[in-house]
Amino acid sequence: MAVEIHGIGVSPGAAYAPVARLAPTPAPPADTGPEADPAAALETAQAALEAVAADLDARAAAATGPSADVLFAQSMMPRDPALAAQVEKALAGGKSTPHAVIEAYGFFRAALEAVGGYMAERAADLDDLRDRTVAVLLGQPMPGLPDPGHPFVLVAADLAPADTATLDPEQVVAVVTEQGGPTSHTAILAKSIGIPAVVACAGATGLADGVKVLVDGRTGMVTIDPGPGWVETALEFERRRAEALASSRGPGRTADGHTVQLMVNLGSPADLDAAAAIDSEGVGLFRTEFLFLDRENAPTVDEQTETYGRVFAAFAGRKVVVRTLDAGADKPLAFVDHGDEPNPALGVRGIRLADHSDAGRALLEDQLTAISAAAAKHEADVWVMAPMVSTPAEAAAFAAACRAHGIAKAGTMIEVPAAALRSGLVLDGCDFASLGTNDLGQYTMAADRMNGDLAELLDPWQPALLELVSLAAESGRELDKPVGVCGEAASDPQLACVLVGLGVTSLSMSPGSVAEVRAELATRTLAECAAMAAAVLHAPDAVTARRVVTEL
Amino acid sequence: MSERRVVVGSKVGLHARPAALFAQAAARQPVKVTVAKEGTEPVDAASLLMILTLDAKGGDEVILTAEGEGAEEALDALEAELKTDHDA
Repeated sequence: MAVEIHGIGVSPGAAYAPVARLAPTPAPPADTGPEADPAAALETAQAALEAVAADLDARAAAATGPSADVLFAQSMMPRDPALAAQVEKALAGGKSTPHAVIEAYGFFRAALEAVGGYMAERAADLDDLRDRTVAVLLGQPMPGLPDPGHPFVLVAADLAPADTATLDPEQVVAVVTEQGGPTSHTAILAKSIGIPAVVACAGATGLADGVKVLVDGRTGMVTIDPGPGWVETALEFERRRAEALASSRGPGRTADGHTVQLMVNLGSPADLDAAAAIDSEGVGLFRTEFLFLDRENAPTVDEQTETYGRVFAAFAGRKVVVRTLDAGADKPLAFVDHGDEPNPALGVRGIRLADHSDAGRALLEDQLTAISAAAAKHEADVWVMAPMVSTPAEAAAFAAACRAHGIAKAGTMIEVPAAALRSGLVLDGCDFASLGTNDLGQYTMAADRMNGDLAELLDPWQPALLELVSLAAESGRELDKPVGVCGEAASDPQLACVLVGLGVTSLSMSPGSVAEVRAELATRTLAECAAMAAAVLHAPDAVTARRVVTEL
Repeated sequence: MSERRVVVGSKVGLHARPAALFAQAAARQPVKVTVAKEGTEPVDAASLLMILTLDAKGGDEVILTAEGEGAEEALDALEAELKTDHDA
C-alpha cells in the first residue's frame, strides 16, 4: 500500500530511487568536564576544527562560482582565532572538550542572531560547522552527503551550502527536505542543476534509508513504495513533458488555442543577447535600475536613449515593457537624498520618488524623454509602466506624463494591495497593468521578502495573493485592458496555468522558464485552467492550493 | 598607536566574501589590527566571526587601529582592501 507525504514542489521532474539520508548530526555525550588537562584539550579541539576547515577547503576546491565563495568564507570560521579563544574560555570554565566547542559556536551564533537579518541566516551555517566539529571529536563520520554507491533520493532536514555545493546530479536524482521554502538554498540549487526537489515536506526525515520513493518535483508529492504502475505512469508523464519541452515553439496558447503572451524579464544589458534569443513575444518587464545604481550622477538623456535603443533594437518587432526607475531607500541613489527611512520597503520608492522630490520628478521626465526618443528610432512595440503605484490618481498622473512624451501605452505595476483592490479605477486611468507578484506577496502578507523564516508566507501560491491577482484580472476583462504577471509566480508552470485561469493575459518570467511554461500551458484547455484557478481560490493555504490542483 | 577611518567599499558591506578577504588580509599583517564601528568595542580584524558581528554595511565608516613596528603599512594594506568593491 503506497503512502504519500506532501511538500512544496520547487523543481519540476520525477525520479524514483532509494532514500539516502544526510548523515545525522551527532548527539554529544553528557558533559564530563572539566578536562584534566585543559591545554591538551584545547589542542584536541583545535585539531578537530582544523580537520573541519580542511574538509571545507577540499569541497571549495571542487566547487565553482558562488558555492566556492560561500565555502571559502566558511572554511575560515573553524580556524578563527576568536573561536579558539572561546573554546579555551569554556574549557577553563569546566566544560568537556565537545561541550566547550558547542559553547564557543553558540557564543557566535547568539552574536550573529542579535545582529539579525542576513547575519541571522548565517547562524545556521555555524550550527553545521559545530556539528561537523563535534562529529570529528567523537570519532563519528562528519555529517554530510551519503555515498551509498548508487543513485539515490537525498533526504534531509535541510541542506547547508557545504552539502549542496558538491552535489553530484548523477548520484542525487532528487532532493526532499523537511524544512525550507520555495526560495531556500535547496530550491535554487535543485533548479539550477535540474533535479526534482520537494521542500517543506513534513515527515521526510522519518523516511528510512533504502526505502524506494517516487518524487514528483512538480506537485510536491513523495510516494513511498509506489506500485510499479505508479512509477511507470509518473516517469512516462515526465518523458512526455520533456518531449513537449523540446518541441515547444511559438506564442503561448492553451490546448484549445486561447493565446497568452509569454515574455521574459530583463534587468541587465549583460543578459540582453541571451534574453533576445529566447523564443518569446518580447520583454514583459525591463528593469531600468541598472542605469542608475552605483554611480555618482544620474545618466544623461542621451546615455539612456542609447541604452534603451539597444534593447529595443534587439527586440525589434516584439513588445518591450519598460518599467521606470524603481529606486528608494532600499536601493539608494547617490544623487538623490533619500532621507533616513526605518522601513524602506514602505518608504519613498518607485513612482513615489517622482511625487516627493524635484530631483525625483526630473529623473522621471528624463527617463520618459529618453524612452520616447529611443522608441521613435526602433521597431519595438514600446510600453511603459510605473512601479509602486498605490492609487488610481497616481496611475492616471503617470499615464498623463507618458502621453505628454508621446508614449502610446502607459501602464501600472500592481504590487501594492491597494492598487489591486482598486484595479478597476487604476486601469480606467491607464492602458494596462502588470502584477509584480513578489512585492504584491510581500505587502499582502506583511512579510519581508528578505526574511527566509517567512518563506511560507511569501509562497506565490498563497490564495490571498492569488485573490488579488483575480481581482485585477477581472477588472482587466471588464475594461478590455491587458493585465499581465511579471513576478516569480509566472515562472512556475503549474501556477502559470492558474494565473491564465484567473484571466491574466500575459506572463513574463526568467528566460529559462519560458519553454517549460509554454509546454505546460499547451497541455491544458482554458476551462481546465479556470477550474484550477477556482480550486486554488477556495484553498485555505498555499500547500493546499498546490495539492488541490494536482487532484483535479 | 595608529588609527585609520575607512569607508567600506563593498555594497554588501563586511559580509560574506568581502569580510573573509579582509580577515585573511588582516591575518597576514605582522602586527595585530583591530576594527570597530563608531561607538563599538574594537575587535580582532583577523577574526571573520568578530567582523561579522560588527555588521558593517557598505558606506559605513570603520576605525582600524594597530600598534608597533609596521603598523602604518598594515593599515595601508587593510585600508586598500576595505575600499575595494568586491561586488563589482
